[in-house]
Amino acid sequence: MKILVCISNVPDTTSKINFTGDNKEFDKNGVQYVINPWDEYALTRAIELKEAKGGSVTVLNVGEADAEPNIRKALAIGADDAIRVNAHPKDAFFVAQQITAVAKEGGYDMILMGKESIDYNGFQVHNMVGEMMGIPSVTPAFKLDMVDDSTARLEREIEGGKEVVEVKLPFVASAQQPMCEPRIPNMRGIMTARTKPLKVVEATGGEAKSEYVNYSKPEKKSGVKLIEPENAGELIKLLRNEAKVL
Amino acid sequence: MSVLVFVEGLNGEIKKSSLEAASYGSQVAQAMGTTATAVAIGEVHEEALAKLGEQGISKVLYDADDRLKQFVADAYVKVIATAAQQESAKVLVFSNSNIGAAVGSKLAVRLNGSLATNVTELPKIDGGNFTVTRGVFSGKAFADVNLTSDVKIIAVKKNSTDIISNGGSTATVEKLSADLAESDFAAAPKETVMQDTGGGVLLPEAEIVVSGGRGMKGPENWHLIEELAKELGAATACSKPVSDIGWRPHHEHVGQTGITVSPNLYIAAGISGAIQHLAGVNSSKVIVVINKDPEAPFFKAADYGIVGDALEVLPKLIEAAKALDK
Repeated sequence: MKILVCISNVPDTTSKINFTGDNKEFDKNGVQYVINPWDEYALTRAIELKEAKGGSVTVLNVGEADAEPNIRKALAIGADDAIRVNAHPKDAFFVAQQITAVAKEGGYDMILMGKESIDYNGFQVHNMVGEMMGIPSVTPAFKLDMVDDSTARLEREIEGGKEVVEVKLPFVASAQQPMCEPRIPNMRGIMTARTKPLKVVEATGGEAKSEYVNYSKPEKKSGVKLIEPENAGELIKLLRNEAKVL
Repeated sequence: MSVLVFVEGLNGEIKKSSLEAASYGSQVAQAMGTTATAVAIGEVHEEALAKLGEQGISKVLYDADDRLKQFVADAYVKVIATAAQQESAKVLVFSNSNIGAAVGSKLAVRLNGSLATNVTELPKIDGGNFTVTRGVFSGKAFADVNLTSDVKIIAVKKNSTDIISNGGSTATVEKLSADLAESDFAAAPKETVMQDTGGGVLLPEAEIVVSGGRGMKGPENWHLIEELAKELGAATACSKPVSDIGWRPHHEHVGQTGITVSPNLYIAAGISGAIQHLAGVNSSKVIVVINKDPEAPFFKAADYGIVGDALEVLPKLIEAAKALDK
C-alpha cells in the first residue's frame, strides 16, 4: 500500500503572532516551526498502517526550503521518503493543485493529511484534492482501518454525531484526534532520516484564487474582573446585567 | 446573478448556524443589489423553509430526495451546483461547519471559484475588489483576503453574524430536482450515529458552553457542570486531559486539536488555560474562569474570574442560575 501524507510547516502553538511591513506579512522572526499538529495524526496513522500491512509512506510538503527540518523530522518518525514542491503555498487551491499533480504521478492508494493547518485554519485542501482527483474525500476522520486490501473503513465527525464510511482505494482523508497517538522520533529514526531520499520538485504552474492583503489582531481584553468565591452568585447577575449574555 | 445560501437542517428545523449564513447571504445580496436564494437538502419542514424570509431570503429551493437525508458529499455538491447554475449565483454562502466547509471546498473546484472559510465579517465590496475577513492562526489573528475569481464561496464562522429577523416575511419554496446518479452515492455513510445530548444543546451550535478540566477532580463531579449547563441552556465541554483520561468523550474536547467553539459565553471550571486550550475558545465573546490557582494563565484571557475551588463555586452558581427569571 502506497500512502502519501501531506504536511504543513507551521508556527508552533505557543508562538507570538506578529506581522510586519504595514501588517501585510507574517513576521517569522523568532518563530519556531513545527509539523502541523493535525498532520501528525495522519503521519502516525499512515506509519501504523504500513507496519501492519506493508507498503510505503511518502511525505509531501508544498513549501520553501525552510520546511526541510520538519520534513526530515517526519522521515525520522518513520516515513520512507519525501517530496517538497518548491513554492510558497499561496492559498488552499494552489496547494491542492500541487498535491494533486504529485498524487497523480505517484499513484498512491491513500492520501492523508490533517483536518486543517493551525496557521491558516482552512479545512479546504483535502476536499479540493478529492474533487480534483475525482476520488472520495472523507473528512474529518478520527478512525481509519482497512477492511480488506481494497477497502478502508473510516469514522468521520459530523456536528452532533459521527458517520461510518467505507470507501474503496484510492481516497483522500483528513485526520483529527483520537485517530492515534502521534509519535516522536527516536535516535535511530533521526540517524536514518538523514539518508532517506528528499526530492525537490518545482511547482506545476497552478493559480491561486485568493490573495492575502492584510492582517490584524483581535482587540486585547480589558482585563479580568474578579469576584470573591463567597459571592459567586454575583457572577450570574453580572453576566445578565453587565455582559448581557444570559 | 444572485446570492445562494446553503442551509442545513436538524430534526426538521434549520440550524442556528444556517440562520446566520442566511442572514449573511441576504446582506451580501442587498449590498450587490440582488436577491438571496437558499438551497435546502434532506429533512426540513416546509414551514421552517418559508420562515427563512425573516432572514431576508426570497426563495428557497428544496430537494427532498430521500437518499439525501444523510450527508453524502458528492450528491450534496451536485444539488447545490444545480441550484447555483439555475440561479446564476455569483456568491455562495455556507456555514463553516464540517458539512458546509466540505461542500464549499468541492464546489470551489467544480465552479472554479474562490473560497474563504472561517469568515467573520461581511465582505467589503469596492469596485472590482471583493474582500472578506477570516480568522487565522487559531484565533490569534484575522486576515483580509481578496476573492479573485468570478464565483465567490464563503463559509461563515459560527456565532459571528447576528441573525436578522424581518418578522412575518416568508420565502417562496420551490422543489428542486438534481439529476442524481447512483455513483453520486458511492461514498454514502453506512451508518450515522448521533450523540445523545439528553435533550441538551449540541456543542458546535451552542451559545453558552460550560466546560470542565482536571480541577473537577473526577467524572463523578460532572453533575455540577451538567446542572449549571442545564440551568443556562448551555452545552457541556471539557479540556484535552479530561478526554484523554476518559472522564468525558472525545467529542466534548475543545482546544487546538479538538473542537473550536465561539459561543457568547464560555465558562471554564478547573481548567488552567494551556495555550492549546485557548486556541479552541479564544473567540468566545465572554470568558469566565473558575480556578483555585490565581496564577492560572486562563485568567489573562478571561473577562470574569473567580479564584476558588470549582467544586465549591459551581453549586453557588447553580443556585444563582436557578433564581434567574427565565
